[in-house]
Amino acid sequence: MPDIARRTLLAGSAAGLAALAAPRTGRAQGGPIRIGEINSYTSQPAFLQPYRNAWILAQEQVNARGGVLGRPLETVFRDDAGKPEDAVRFAGELLSNERVDLLAGGFLSNVGLALADVARQNRRLFVASEPLADALVWSQGNRYTFRLRPSTYMQAAMLVEEAAKLPARRWAVVAPNYEYGQSAVRWFKELLAKVRPDVTFVAEQFPALGRIDAGATVQALAAANPEALFNVTFGADLTNFVRQGNVRGLFERRSVVSMLTGEPEYLDPLRDEAPEGWIVTGYPWEELNTPAHAAFRDAYRRRWNEPPRLGSVVAHETVTAIAAALARAGTTDNERLVEAFRGLRYDGVFGPVEFRAIDHQSTLGAFVGRTALRGGRGRMVDWRYADGAAYLPPDEVVRTLRPQGT
Amino acid sequence: MEFLVLQALSGLASASSLFLVAAGLSLIFGVTRIVNFAHGSLYMLGAYLAWTFVEHGPGGALGFWGGIAAAVAATALIGAVIEILLLRRIYRAPELFQLLATFGVVLIVQDLALAIWGPQDLLGPRAPGLRGPITILGQRFPLYEAFLILVGPAVLALLWLLLNRTRWGTLVRAATQDREMVGALGVDHRRLFTGVFVLGSALAGLAGALQLPREGLSLHMDLAVVTEAFVVVVVGGLGSVGGAFLAAVLIGQLHAFGILVFPKITLVLVFLVMAVVLVLRPHGLLGRPQAEARAPSGAGEPVLRPATRPVRILGTVALLCAIALPPFLGDYGRVVMIDMAILVLFAASLHFMMGPGGMASFGHAAPFGIGAYGSALALKLAGAPMEVGLAAAPFAAGLAGVAFGWFCVRLSGVYLAMLTLAFAQIAWSVAFQWVEVTGGDNGLLGVWPSDWARDRLVYLYLTLALCLGGTLLLRRAIFSPFGMALRAGRDSPLRAEAIGIPVGAVRWAAFVIAAVMAGLAGGLFAYAKGSVFPTYLSISKSVDGLVMVLLGGVRTISGPIVGAVAFTGLEEQLTRVTDLWRLVLGLAIVGLVLAFPAGLAGAAAALAERRR
Repeated sequence: MPDIARRTLLAGSAAGLAALAAPRTGRAQGGPIRIGEINSYTSQPAFLQPYRNAWILAQEQVNARGGVLGRPLETVFRDDAGKPEDAVRFAGELLSNERVDLLAGGFLSNVGLALADVARQNRRLFVASEPLADALVWSQGNRYTFRLRPSTYMQAAMLVEEAAKLPARRWAVVAPNYEYGQSAVRWFKELLAKVRPDVTFVAEQFPALGRIDAGATVQALAAANPEALFNVTFGADLTNFVRQGNVRGLFERRSVVSMLTGEPEYLDPLRDEAPEGWIVTGYPWEELNTPAHAAFRDAYRRRWNEPPRLGSVVAHETVTAIAAALARAGTTDNERLVEAFRGLRYDGVFGPVEFRAIDHQSTLGAFVGRTALRGGRGRMVDWRYADGAAYLPPDEVVRTLRPQGT
Repeated sequence: MEFLVLQALSGLASASSLFLVAAGLSLIFGVTRIVNFAHGSLYMLGAYLAWTFVEHGPGGALGFWGGIAAAVAATALIGAVIEILLLRRIYRAPELFQLLATFGVVLIVQDLALAIWGPQDLLGPRAPGLRGPITILGQRFPLYEAFLILVGPAVLALLWLLLNRTRWGTLVRAATQDREMVGALGVDHRRLFTGVFVLGSALAGLAGALQLPREGLSLHMDLAVVTEAFVVVVVGGLGSVGGAFLAAVLIGQLHAFGILVFPKITLVLVFLVMAVVLVLRPHGLLGRPQAEARAPSGAGEPVLRPATRPVRILGTVALLCAIALPPFLGDYGRVVMIDMAILVLFAASLHFMMGPGGMASFGHAAPFGIGAYGSALALKLAGAPMEVGLAAAPFAAGLAGVAFGWFCVRLSGVYLAMLTLAFAQIAWSVAFQWVEVTGGDNGLLGVWPSDWARDRLVYLYLTLALCLGGTLLLRRAIFSPFGMALRAGRDSPLRAEAIGIPVGAVRWAAFVIAAVMAGLAGGLFAYAKGSVFPTYLSISKSVDGLVMVLLGGVRTISGPIVGAVAFTGLEEQLTRVTDLWRLVLGLAIVGLVLAFPAGLAGAAAALAERRR
């Protein structure tokens, strides 16, 4: 076989070799501060497109004010496509090739945990914006990882407060069958049983994520004849569950308490079939008119010509927090940055937020209210802001949950 | 009692939906032998197109049903375009190669759908006239679900009439049994294939469009449905539309009642059903033993020959480059090279089964992931260091190979491949569900190498040594007497048995060897990433392996190596360069498929052959 084969073989491998020969960029002093952002953009676009838009907006705002430490912010985005192993690879690429100063992002809990472990291993700061898993700051918590969003525990605790006020004693639960759904149900049961020992759970359904067989699930829940329901499904599962539940009358004369359903990402797709009177956590972007939020909303609309979603708030807060921490540390040195993040306070679009030194969880809260139909689509009404600080366990409990000395 | 009746009805409604998708897939496979991975994409397109037509249509009953009809027609048209522009050109390629082409289509459609319809889930209107519930035994049941229960059997009846009472249907059935013979009798099988593909696409479009009043539309619809549809087709028996209906009803009912007893069963139910059915009935419920798709004369499996001198030199040069290169690479370059080396071994082990063994696997992620979990669990449960963990990986995967292989090697063709998929999914669901041991979907963290191998360069050399060693060993095995026996069993089981080769035992051994090597790759992967997740066992990992082998060329020995390096390199580059990486990667795959129907290495070999 003469050299033709050699050439073709080499051509086939060229793409592979090109990857190996990627250039290394040096870090110029006084150049931009670089953030490596890894998220599941192609697998979770509904949440993450508004997220990325707001990230870019927030970065532009910071840079318009002259940047941080006299240097502009710059972000390198990577798409992990929902695979933790790819996220780990990109983390390596961002740290060694792109020379980023810190890591951020993560949507899925397992991606967040994988990145947190990389952060620990490499002694680099990782600001987890979205992943909800409690393990991220508790059982698997480490010195280099901070989390912005209210965790599964916190959101469950917010809803338990409302659920305890209901007369219902017979409860049924439905949750997607993965860590988030299981944890939400576990905390909800545990916390509710503490304040309402008279409550019993009569049925539970755990459909696979994104694969709910809504008709059968609704029927199975109805058969147990509960007085109230706790729902953790979201996205496509929620849509199908609500539609089947509406036609089959599952929600009639029953209270429903539901995680995340008030977020526009999940409420808007339901259009005029959005359920009424559910007690939910979420984000009432239209009615929230505090000066900070109104300014954010207007800026977002001007920049992207669409209303913000909760993902937008999460991204905006993350960038704001990173900028605040950089300013507080006065350096990009990660050890000092970690110290700056511990106990960092800043003013976000929902109000003041603190990154707790004890477990690296921020006190960003969520809105708790009821759903209602207004003008042919679902909205949140009677809402209040639940400050995250009020929905975390007492410090001595947190110390038992998180390995100490980290 | 009333409740059980209603649960059964809910199960029937789901069964109807499932049947509609599966019917088209079964027809297409029966005649063209294409494993149409893009069937889910056509289903998704049907749903989204229906949404668009109904939303922007005249409204009312006419607007709704007209929109559904328009969506079905549009999906059929898209199917025609795919068949004529792409699939028609590669029918002569090796078995399963078309899967690669349809995989490219899946990637393209995913990005196009995102660009056209946006990232938000969409909710269509309810069907006019079928909005409300009816009352059955004092319980409410949605009218539309009742309508769906009727649609399934109606479509089945129409298909039966079409297949049994028309000339076209007779030809289709004839082609299902022996397409060469049909061609020899003067039937233009190109038109027949196009017709069947269009019909199958229309059915997928109909299935998608009819979900509009029932479910929200999301960009995950395609992959969520396509595996289940395949399961239904295989459980029913390939090419048997009636079997598909039976299987859909079986799965729908088992699911409706299964969740009452095991609320978490959805994760794995269809795969459990498939495993049981295939073990008991190797050709599905109503399937018949598959007539061999006779290869065009003189184009059977080519004989694998030891490398010629130039190829040997080339291989040695490549090997020396791989060994000499790492010190000059940056840290990330080393990371990528570790990944590539691991995937080369992964692809080579799959190729060992698929090529010389003639046993395609849709579940090769199973030994890979089990190897990774073997390493991680050795660490977590026994505190074993990396050296032990790396031995535990192939051991665990080999054990799984012994168990899975015992069932799998009795089957052949797509049935065998689907049984491996069933086992892989069962393994995946165990990793996913057994939270106390495996950590569930949050995985196991902190699986880092021993101190001496912690430096990336050292770990890279360790990986290279084991992966290249494993790959060379597999290559050696292909030309050993064992490999000869394996190939003999593939090419002619009867004659092989007649000269005293225990074909079944040889295939089983090959299955286990492939599992051991994939397990080693998985163990190395675990320590390279520092963590283990159920995604290592997922369908997409299995598909990646298939894509690498097919892209490189299943009929050559260097194919998996070239394919693994090309695919990972391409993906790695594209994901960093563009947000539309799925579109570009899909187009690249489709382009490569059209340009090199024998795979990259196959094309090189053919070129050299012609030069000689």
